[in-house]
Amino acid sequence: MTIAEKILAKASGRPRVVPNEIVMAKVDVAMSHENADVVLKSFLEIGVKKVWDPDKIVILFDHRVPAESEKTAATHKRIREFVKEQGIKHFYDLKEGICHQILPEFGHCRPGEVLVGTDSHTTTHGAFGTFATGIGGTEMAGVWATGELWFKVPETFKMVIKGNFRKFVSAKDLILYIIGEIGADGADYKSVEFCGPTIEEISISSRMVLTNLAMEMGAKNAFVLPDKKTIEFIKQRTDKKFEVILPDKDAEYLKTYEFDVSDLKPQIACPHSVDNVKPVKEVAGLKVNQVLIGSCTNGRLEDLKVAAEILDGKVVHPETRLLIIPASRRVYIEALKAGYIEIFLKAGALVLNPGCGPCLGAHQGLLAPGEVCLSTTNRNFKGRMGSPESFIYLASPATAAFTAIKGEITEPE
Amino acid sequence: MIKGKVYKFGDNINTDDIYPGRYLSITTDRQEMARHCFELAYPDFLKSAKPGDIIVAGKNFGCGSSREQAATCLKYFGISVVVAESFARIFYRNAINLGLPILIAPEITKKVEHKDTLEIDLKKGIIKNMRTNEIIEVIPLPSFILSILNEGGLVPYLRKKLGITDKEGNR
Repeated sequence: MTIAEKILAKASGRPRVVPNEIVMAKVDVAMSHENADVVLKSFLEIGVKKVWDPDKIVILFDHRVPAESEKTAATHKRIREFVKEQGIKHFYDLKEGICHQILPEFGHCRPGEVLVGTDSHTTTHGAFGTFATGIGGTEMAGVWATGELWFKVPETFKMVIKGNFRKFVSAKDLILYIIGEIGADGADYKSVEFCGPTIEEISISSRMVLTNLAMEMGAKNAFVLPDKKTIEFIKQRTDKKFEVILPDKDAEYLKTYEFDVSDLKPQIACPHSVDNVKPVKEVAGLKVNQVLIGSCTNGRLEDLKVAAEILDGKVVHPETRLLIIPASRRVYIEALKAGYIEIFLKAGALVLNPGCGPCLGAHQGLLAPGEVCLSTTNRNFKGRMGSPESFIYLASPATAAFTAIKGEITEPE
Repeated sequence: MIKGKVYKFGDNINTDDIYPGRYLSITTDRQEMARHCFELAYPDFLKSAKPGDIIVAGKNFGCGSSREQAATCLKYFGISVVVAESFARIFYRNAINLGLPILIAPEITKKVEHKDTLEIDLKKGIIKNMRTNEIIEVIPLPSFILSILNEGGLVPYLRKKLGITDKEGNR
């Protein structure tokens, strides 16, 4: 069996499951952010008085922090009250940062477990060998009430990655390239296993970039096979016991892909879909109004480090705005200690509080009609970050930093 | 049997198209959500679509964010069923859990035009185009999923399963 099959078999109490079978699986971690308010409404409609396990629910605020409107302020207030009333143990108020960063930081991502979140990029947590997938609000209400959920057992793609990245080329370029190759629905409903020498070599943060963006090829979930690095990371953050689950040697894959990154050049996803991917060189020279470095995709310390090293002693182009959003309070503190924040501020960047920022178009730096933004985030849909007449390009932190200095899309070299 | 007029879309209609991110702060008022369906990406929808209409779309309908509002707004607008060549998985789950009927029909966009009238039998997986009289047969939804839809969504389904009979959660 593949990892997805083995975890779903374990969670549904069966010796074996096969693709396309529908199973009822027990949930180990149930995460919601502001949309816990949507969950709450359905939960009250179901009518169960107490959540199934207050120790397995994680709630935090990241999408609109601090509250951008009175409506959101009321949402935050309702959820805080519910958390208190139900005794939900793992609650992170608006100071901590983005859900997909906070869950690993606080030890909620463990191999072999089932993690569901009311956020599509919940696939990120598969970087720890967790079966992690996004679900809707009403079905989360069902999880709060019963602790279980139906899943169709997915077929699995295996992606073997080889080779060493060239300078200024990273996991973001690789995953954009893969999405460009297989398309926005290329892995629809599928589970993806990333493996191979390159994956073993790269950091936990870089692995999270792959599983985060696996969503943008339609994947139900994605895994990086847990190894020593994974186990060490988790043990530093939690005392909870976990079981490492790896695929069987004779696991059956729907398809196996191989990618060699040795010659990979910086990649960019052009408007208005994430699979519209080109080498950065092909769109170099295009004037950019705003650059955003941050998000659950690329707002971690290693991303800020790359950007800081490029921006050190330089200034942002006078006609370009550079926004920096560390993924969490802890990342922010580390970046501060390392001197990156000072470099950004001296370069003329605007450093915002940890959170999702303008990525989903709620606040903090929206785009005017006709404006162009180069962003390290994960979606470039029409109107995603403001005006439907604006244009979003997705690229790596290195490409973003060079672009901010020149004021036009620039291939890092 | 569902009968309605077609409002047609292409491939990869994402949840930002269906329900713009700027309205995500609306979390509980479902009627208000319905007033923003396709508002920015396809403004014609709110002008010309009517309750009872059927959405017909290409591949990967509902891709992108997990926002349930994308399915909620269509249901409360009055869309009777969404027929697409394929669905992104979270939208597919949300639609079922909210009691918004959906059907997967490969190549439907080649057989149906904007404003055609369709007659659909969800249980049997039969679509009839009233303009061309063509009958399109597709694989019906799995019975487990139909049973959630038949109850009107996951909330009533769970209430029944858990034996909850009143607003206070008594069994």
